[in-house]
Amino acid sequence: MNYGISDNPRHVGLELGYLRTLQCVEATLDMDQKTLKKLVESISNTVKNFKKSEVECLIRLFHSLVERANVRLNNLGLDRNAFRAILHSVFGMTDDMLMNRVFFVFDKDHDNCINVKEWVKGLSVFLRGTFEEKLKFCFEVYYLNGDGYISREEIFDMLKNSLHQQSSEEENDEGIKELVDITLKKMDYDNDGKISFADFEKAVREERLLLEVFGPCLPETKIQCQ
Amino acid sequence: MKEDTSTVNILDKVTKGEDSENEIKMKIARLLSQLDLHLLNHSLKHISLEISLNPTSVKNDIEMLKNFSGKGEQTVLESISYTSDYEFSNGCRAPPWRQIHGEICYVLVKPHDVETLCITCSAEGVFLNGGKTDNEGEINYERKGEIYKDLVTFLKEKSAKFSENMSKQEKRFSDKKEKKEPTNEPPEKEEAAPVQKAITGSGKRTLEKNQINFGKSQMTKRLEPSLRWKATVRFKEYRSLLRDPQEEKHRRRPERSGPPVKPGRAQLVRKSTEKIEEIVSESSSESEEDEEPLDRQEANADLPSEYWQIQKLVKYLKGGNQTATVIALCSMKDFNLAQETCQLAIRDVGGLEVLINLLDTDEVKCKIGSLKILKEISHNPQIRRNIVDLGGLPVMVNTLDSPHKSLKCLAAETIANVAKFRRARQAVRRYGGITKLVALLHCGKSSAELAQSSLYDARDVEVARCGALALWSCSKSYTNKEAIRKAGGIPLLARLLKTSHENMLIPVVGTLQECASEENYRAAIKAERIIENLVKNLNSENEQLQEHCAMAIYQCAEDKETRDLVRLHGGLKRLASLLDNTDNKERLAAVTGAIWKCSISKENVTKFREYKAIETLVGLLTDQPEEVLVNVVGALGECCQDYENRVLVRKCGGIPPLVNLLVGVNQALLVNVTKAVGACAVEPESMMIIDRLDGVRLLWSLLKNPHPEVKASAAWALCPCIQNTKDAGEMVRSFVGGLELVVNLLKSDNKEVLASVCAAITNIAKDQENLAVITDRGVVPLLSKLANTNNDKLRRHLAEAISHCCMWGRNRVAFGEYKAVAPLVHYLKSDDPNVHRATAQALYQLSEDADNCVTIHENGAVKRRKMENLFENCHLCQRKVETHLRCVARSARDGSGSAAGVMPHGLHRWKCSVCTVTRRGSKDASSQ
Repeated sequence: MNYGISDNPRHVGLELGYLRTLQCVEATLDMDQKTLKKLVESISNTVKNFKKSEVECLIRLFHSLVERANVRLNNLGLDRNAFRAILHSVFGMTDDMLMNRVFFVFDKDHDNCINVKEWVKGLSVFLRGTFEEKLKFCFEVYYLNGDGYISREEIFDMLKNSLHQQSSEEENDEGIKELVDITLKKMDYDNDGKISFADFEKAVREERLLLEVFGPCLPETKIQCQ
Repeated sequence: MKEDTSTVNILDKVTKGEDSENEIKMKIARLLSQLDLHLLNHSLKHISLEISLNPTSVKNDIEMLKNFSGKGEQTVLESISYTSDYEFSNGCRAPPWRQIHGEICYVLVKPHDVETLCITCSAEGVFLNGGKTDNEGEINYERKGEIYKDLVTFLKEKSAKFSENMSKQEKRFSDKKEKKEPTNEPPEKEEAAPVQKAITGSGKRTLEKNQINFGKSQMTKRLEPSLRWKATVRFKEYRSLLRDPQEEKHRRRPERSGPPVKPGRAQLVRKSTEKIEEIVSESSSESEEDEEPLDRQEANADLPSEYWQIQKLVKYLKGGNQTATVIALCSMKDFNLAQETCQLAIRDVGGLEVLINLLDTDEVKCKIGSLKILKEISHNPQIRRNIVDLGGLPVMVNTLDSPHKSLKCLAAETIANVAKFRRARQAVRRYGGITKLVALLHCGKSSAELAQSSLYDARDVEVARCGALALWSCSKSYTNKEAIRKAGGIPLLARLLKTSHENMLIPVVGTLQECASEENYRAAIKAERIIENLVKNLNSENEQLQEHCAMAIYQCAEDKETRDLVRLHGGLKRLASLLDNTDNKERLAAVTGAIWKCSISKENVTKFREYKAIETLVGLLTDQPEEVLVNVVGALGECCQDYENRVLVRKCGGIPPLVNLLVGVNQALLVNVTKAVGACAVEPESMMIIDRLDGVRLLWSLLKNPHPEVKASAAWALCPCIQNTKDAGEMVRSFVGGLELVVNLLKSDNKEVLASVCAAITNIAKDQENLAVITDRGVVPLLSKLANTNNDKLRRHLAEAISHCCMWGRNRVAFGEYKAVAPLVHYLKSDDPNVHRATAQALYQLSEDADNCVTIHENGAVKRRKMENLFENCHLCQRKVETHLRCVARSARDGSGSAAGVMPHGLHRWKCSVCTVTRRGSKDASSQ
């Protein structure tokens, strides 16, 4: 029996509950119906986790968010700050660095701005992602320099705030270093000093708790179950 | 020595910053420590040769033990004292001519659980001597047992209670951080000895090897091996200043040689440091024997590498945020948590507290991680207790409310592991756990959906399974069974029983089986129609499930209706077929148990015969464990109530193995065997076999068994044996002292024994010669003494015995003299027709004596009407009673006419003439 935590809740609209709390979807009613339909159609073809109506909702929401956040961007998308604000207020994330990283993962085309397609796609993983999708998502969040590995230094970076401040910085660093060693010992199966996707997948499959091993980057699990 | 201190100084500096150690400094430190080791090793070779017990150490041992002796459960010994008060100047108490042999003193020790031991303490060790001789309190100096290396080791071997309490004491004192506690001395010594040996054996190889073994044996031998770890950790903090710096340093080192060093190397370093530790402590053991024994004990502790790693992880649990905590938890899970070393290590570094505290947080992941570890380590009985002590159960019980299903599951599973002892089960109940666990069984589905198990969410099933698992553990205590019932658990269990998930069925049936020991449950089980499903699951392929189902049936089948239900649902055939597989003994025991209880019903017995179960059962009479045998024999005992089965058992050759089992010691088995043999003995042909195998003698000797149930059962079995043997009288007489034995059993205070013995006496008394013997042995007063009873079974057999014993000499008169008649008359008030019949027979016999007639009348005149009414039902006695009553009435009339109870001659004559006629008639009737 697997006691992993992040299973897909199959309750439609539950997660959208968060989004609704943010604001009314009707704010974007001025959008052209035809364009919207088309957009919904095209996105639904690539994103399988949402129903069309849900996609539509998300698109409307996106527009309302964009409008509110930054008019100057000409409705192009959410910039990093706006997105971080959403992550913080809606998904309860607190770690700045991880929020940045989540932003980069959402931002597939690396234009420093999340457009509507990226938005829906990202949320599909975020909210309805299968285990594999989430696995991939988390791994992408954790490796930064794009070489496909999570290096020792990166781990150190991500974990450096994980200990409650001890007497001296030196001591703290020492503790983190050991923690990194422990993590590598656990997850680095091929002993190359860094974590490849294969390592990561293997480790997480063995122990689902390791999915968000270097910090929370998915919506909080406790909300899922309520 | 100078060199040594310089090493020490360097090490001391290194020690200062514990966590931020310097690689180079470490290397130097290591090199120096190796040198250190070499030197010490060399000197030890010489020293160790001279080590042996000396008067001071023995004296200290004894003084220490004295401090912890006395009355009460907590002490280690009841008393300990020297045989001689005089102490020679050299510290010895042995007389000079014994001192030549190296003997130091003699001690009288009275442990809680063993007889007083007289012990010699000599330079070679401690051993048991011949004890004090009766004359003049001289001691028999001869050695009677093995030599142990010191007093404590010796006592640990001899007295379980001692070693148990000893470890308790150790725990207490290490917890209190008592500094100079003498209790802690013995373990230290105990450890020191193997090291000595290791070193004397010299050669590094053996040394290391011994250390390893030593560490292991320590683990297993000591009840609380790791308490010293705790001590190590704690003591280090405040002791370092007090202690000889040298040792202190050595002890610290392994801690520092942690992860930064590659594992392989670290191990090497650790080994060498350990060696040093031991040697250092050893070398100092002579000089500072008495002070701060705990410290050396710590130094000796052979801590496994896991210990340090786990300690580090716990540090992260304490000081890390959620991310660090999860990593630490996952990493901790990778240790072999089934291994005691790791389990205890987690506890001893304070991990349990942290794990339990984590359950109080809001972090689901931390909770899950923590429970996963707790679930594993709670397989260890000590850990279970610690979890309960630390208040882990209320938190876990609260976790059962979590909306998160896996959390619920884990919490329930952990509770299932923890609730293996009474206090824990009590705690679960007190914190409302039973209700919550029962709620887990709900599955969140209606029963309509339940039937279609495919619709089942696997997670819901899992939740219910874990709930059932926890209830199973909890259901071992009576109050919990009640609580489960009150929480509405039975219908839910019944519902779950209808599903087809094998994993779930096992705990569900397990719980039911456990609870079925209660009458309430059996009724509920019947009402919820659970038997049907039990029978159905008996057909499962899963052996464990079959076992528990059979057990449940075994428990419930005391009830007749249940037995019928088992039959109606076709369970008997399955039970019979399960007999064929004899490999799984637990299951076989359960199945045979179910068969036994089911065969109490005649209809079931017929079915079993049909399914050829009797033959199989007979085949199981040999080469089976006792649990199985008890049930098999019990079943045969029930089956043999039938004529056909008796024949069958005989034909299958069942009687010899049954008779062979009469020599066993298992009480339950003996009860059943005697019953079965008794049942077989009803058949004269079987009786011949039993007789030939000397079965009667064996039965007879079981009358001496200490258990009253066995005695009674044997006496019952003797009755048919005596009835069905041709020369029964001769046979009975051939048992030397047998009759006396039987008569003496009448002094028992167990009603069942008395009834059975009375029945046996009834049969024995049929032989005139034997009757004469038992009369000589005083059977009459003994029987008379029993007369004042209100136990109907006893009354009946007593009355029968009395009526048979009347046939000899002046026994009739004697019964009257011993005042047995009046109480007998009162038996007629009983509701049991058997009692009436037997009583009437007895009174009839007794009334042949005129005095008795008067007594009968005096006690029975008022009730006469009633007597007549009662006897109307009893055809066999009616005629007898009528005559008898007439006789009584007449004698009374005449008796009252005569003033002072002196029998008028006429009465006697009259009575005799009537009674002789009727007696002849009744005798014919009873012999038919």
